[in-house]
Parts: sequence; C-alpha cells; structure tokens
Amino acid sequence: MKNAVISVHDLVKKFGSFVANDHLSFEVYEGEIFGFLGANGAGKTTALRILSGLSAPTSGKVLVAGFDAARDPEKIKKNIGYMCQKFSLYNDLTVRENIMLYGGIYGMRKALIRERCEELLERLRFMEYGNRLISDLPLGLRQKLAFSVAVLHEPRIVFLDEPTGGVDPITRRQFWEMIYETAARGITIFVTTHYMDEAEYCDRISIMNEGRIVALDTPDGLKNKYRVDSVEEVFVKIVRSGKISV
Amino acid sequence: MKRFMGFVNKEFLHIFRDFRTLIILFGIPAVQILLFGFVVSTDLKNAQIAVLDLSHDEVTRKLSGKIISSGFFDKAENLLNYDDVDRVLKSKKTKAVVIFEEDFGKRLIHNGKASVSIVSDGSEPNMATMTTNYLTAIISDFNRELSAGSAGSALLVQPEVRMFYNPSLKGQYMFVPGVITLIMILICALMTSITITREKEFGTMEVLLVSPLRPLQIILGKVIPYFILSFVDVILILLLSWLVFGLPVKGSILLLLVESMLYIFMSLSLGVLISTVAKNMQQAIFISLVGMMLPTILLSGFIFPIENMPDIYQWVSAIFPPRYFIVVIKNIMVKGTGFLFVWKETLILLLFTLAFIGFSIRNFKVRLQ
Repeated sequence: MKNAVISVHDLVKKFGSFVANDHLSFEVYEGEIFGFLGANGAGKTTALRILSGLSAPTSGKVLVAGFDAARDPEKIKKNIGYMCQKFSLYNDLTVRENIMLYGGIYGMRKALIRERCEELLERLRFMEYGNRLISDLPLGLRQKLAFSVAVLHEPRIVFLDEPTGGVDPITRRQFWEMIYETAARGITIFVTTHYMDEAEYCDRISIMNEGRIVALDTPDGLKNKYRVDSVEEVFVKIVRSGKISV
Repeated sequence: MKRFMGFVNKEFLHIFRDFRTLIILFGIPAVQILLFGFVVSTDLKNAQIAVLDLSHDEVTRKLSGKIISSGFFDKAENLLNYDDVDRVLKSKKTKAVVIFEEDFGKRLIHNGKASVSIVSDGSEPNMATMTTNYLTAIISDFNRELSAGSAGSALLVQPEVRMFYNPSLKGQYMFVPGVITLIMILICALMTSITITREKEFGTMEVLLVSPLRPLQIILGKVIPYFILSFVDVILILLLSWLVFGLPVKGSILLLLVESMLYIFMSLSLGVLISTVAKNMQQAIFISLVGMMLPTILLSGFIFPIENMPDIYQWVSAIFPPRYFIVVIKNIMVKGTGFLFVWKETLILLLFTLAFIGFSIRNFKVRLQ
C-alpha cells in the first residue's frame, strides 16, 4: 500500500461567486513525481496555494504531510519546499549567501547549512561560483540552484510551479535529472508545467479544466484510454471536448 | 528568532550592495542639508549695491558708511547720474541702488525731512524684498540715532522689531527641520515600498510567504534595517546642522529623537501600506514621489507657510502627516519647547501610524485570501 503524503478530499475554493476549485479529490504518494496540468485559469495556482498553506480552502479536507491546510498551515510550511515560475533567488546576493539565507529561514543549524552548502556546490560542480552574485550566473544554473535551495532542508514535499519556464532544452533535461534524483531520495515532487513533453516524465498526472480535475492517471494509462501517442494529444482532446468525466 | 535575524541581515546586504540605495540613504540627506544651508540661504551677506549720491554732504556720507559697514552690503560703485541706475541693475551683479536726493543734508536739517530712494532689481523678487527690508531697517536705525542726538526734537516712540527664536533670521533654522521631515518620508515610505514591491516583482515574496516565516516577520524584517538607518540619518543631519551651520537643538534632544522615531515609524507604515496597494516598483515610486514628496515640499509648511495658503489648500495639507512633524521638530529645535506644546501633533502622528498599520493588515489579508 502506498503512503499518501498529500490527500485532498472534496476541496472547494470560491472567490465570491466564482468557483476556482470545484470538488477536487486526489492523493499524492510518497516519493512520487506528480504532474499538475491545466490551461491558464483552470485553477492550478489556486490549488497549489492551498496545498502550500498560503490560502485556506472554502470547504473540504486537505492534508499535506499529515497536517490540515485549514488549521495548521504553518506546520505545513515547515515540511515543504517551494520554487515558483518567477525566479526566486536574490540577484544581489552571492550563491553562498542565498543558501545560508534560505537554510536560516527554514531554521537549519548554521553548521548543517554550511555542510549541505559545500556538498551542493560540489554536486552541481558549482565550486567556482560559490562567491559570485546570482546575477552573474546564466539562467540555467540559477534555475538548478533555485531547485537545490528549495530542497536544502530536506522537505517531505517540494512544490514546483512551472520551474522550467524560459530554460533551454538541455538545461530542462538536466533539471529533470535533478528532479529524479530528488524523488529517489524519497522527496515527493508536485510539479505544474506547461510543457506537455515534461508531463511524460511524471509518474502520474492530473489534468484540470475549469476548476475540476478531468483526468488523473499515469501518462501511459491516459494515452491508452484516449488512444493517442502523447500526453499533448490527451490534453488537446480533453480541453476541446469540454467537460469529460474521469 | 534566529530565522528572523538571518532575514534582517539579508536586507542589510541588499542595502549595502546597492549603490543607488546608499546614495538615497546617505548622499541625499547630506547634500540636501548642505545645499539648502548654503545655496538657498535666505540671509543677506555682502550683497552688492550702488550709491547715487546727488548731495555729497556729511549726512549722506555717514548714512552710506553705516549701510556698507553693516556687513550685509558691499558698495560696488558710486554712480554719477540717473542713467547709470538702469545700467548697473542690468549688469545683474548689483542688487539695489540707494539714491540720495540733492541737498539731502540741508533738507534734513531745515525741513526735518529728506528722502532717500531704494531701487532694487525686481526680477529676483526674494532678493529684492530682502535687500529693501534690510536697507529700510538700517535707515530707520539711522533715523533713530539722529533724533536721539538732536536735543530739541521730541522723542518719538520707535518700534523696535526683533525676530524671536531666530534673532539673526538664519534660514537654516527653517530648512533643517524641513529637510529632516522630507528625507524621512523619502527614505521610509519610498524605500520600504520599493523593497517590498521588488520582492513581489521578482517572485521572492511568494517563496518567503510559503516559508515558515510569518507575514509579520517578513514585513518587520524588511522594515527594521530602514528604521535603524533612518534614525542614523536623523542624527547625521542634526550633527551636520550643528557642526556646519552652528545650529544646536534648543529643546530636549531626547524628546526630539523619540518624536523622530515615531515619525520614522509612521513613514515606514505608510511605505508598507503603499506596497500593499502598488502592483510593481514603478507604481510604488510614483505613489511615494507624487503622493508624498510633492505635498511634503509644497503643503507641509516646509517652504510656504500654511497660514498664507487659500483655505482649500490648508484643508488638503491637514491630511499630510509631515505637516504635523514639522511643527513638532520646529518647536523642539528652534523654540526649545517641551512635550506639552507638541502633544497634539504627536497624538495625530500616532493616529496616522495606527491607521496606516490597520489598512496595511487589511490589504495584506485580502491579498492572501
């Protein structure tokens, strides 16, 4: 039996009369790479904000790393990592300073941060960049570093909000290798993306449309069900045909 | 707490690494004080005047000698006829011409009255008003000496005009409080609103909000460095005005510093409020500069006295907090009054602070929903 690290049951989020999340229910298992797809405005960001403790659900039960998103958002925050589509390190701080800062914010001991920091720089072959400002680094390196910083405190889950936006294909490839390594360490990956080819790398994907989850399965499972060759075609079929039950 | 200190530390790094921020923090206050103090000085010192003496007697010599020896004026030249008056004023170096009519001394002795004309260059109204005022003062002083000397004439009651609190009418006494008021609004409101909206724009705010740091800690962490540096600025400005212009704080320095802290705190809350409204840095800068800087310069009583404004402007100025701080700081610095004389303004500033904090929290919550 797989261990659910995120479990969402009948999640509803309303802004006035607008329903952004309409009775979402799904589970994400420990160590899994979970892809969260959907067109812009489908309600992905809203759901992501609720899962990361930024916003409270209107109704429904949301458990993240064992804590209730409505009652204990602060406890959730301590157990997750987060990297957003916009670039999230400080340009005017050096690589080491950024690492020390985020480690400190997550309450890690100084000695531990230093140790992890050097480990990280070595693993990324970043040694010579340690004392350089982020603004001096190429975008690809920054993105990899931002991801490493997001998992520096070894969270149980890391949320990636369109992490590879604007990155070249080679770096995207390397980035996904890092995601695989991280998942292999037991950290659950929850990733939203626009790139349908990236969706193929996920263990399971869900597709949202107009506030609802309209499909949830492994990439192969979805392809078989819709009798197409790629996730992209699945996506197009679903969104074109409007409402489709799972 | 450790988390928080690391975060505050990061804000200091931002500040000390950004050349522009440093200039705004320390360069602008120093330059403004020196600029206002030296260049925009309202004191008259060695202004050049010319004398057209058509009488050439003992009395006119004595009077013009008195004018020149006052220290306010330098005699550029002696003119010979009326045509020269226009010429020297056009030369722009000469600020005014003093003209003694023919037989000045004789008329004064025989008729008891003689006239002296002052022609000044009205294209510089401030300068013109100042020179004529100073000249008139010197002449009436001379008048008094004359009437006191002549035993026969009745003693007239002469009004003695003295400027209280600022006897030599030092312009810096007007500018130093104004500059402190202006700079604090600039640094606190502008810089904090910029630094917070910058995090929003760069996407780092999302990351901070998702982190275990509480929203209040994030805001405080961003604001505390500016609080400390602004306070350093107040001390820097006071030191500069004391060392360079010889202006001591007449009242309690402690009271002044505490009031400054309140004002800084208020400006910071305003900056936070602006950042909750502004979508990006441009908007934050626009709101701070157009919404706060201009009214502070124009409506706070810094340069133009509020009492002389049309009613509607007086009402508008009432909603700009700098106006109240100027009263407080002028009272303490220049008049040396105590808390009893400024408690109303202090209370108003405190209310502004609470209102700004209240609105900020409300806006912040709405955004988080």
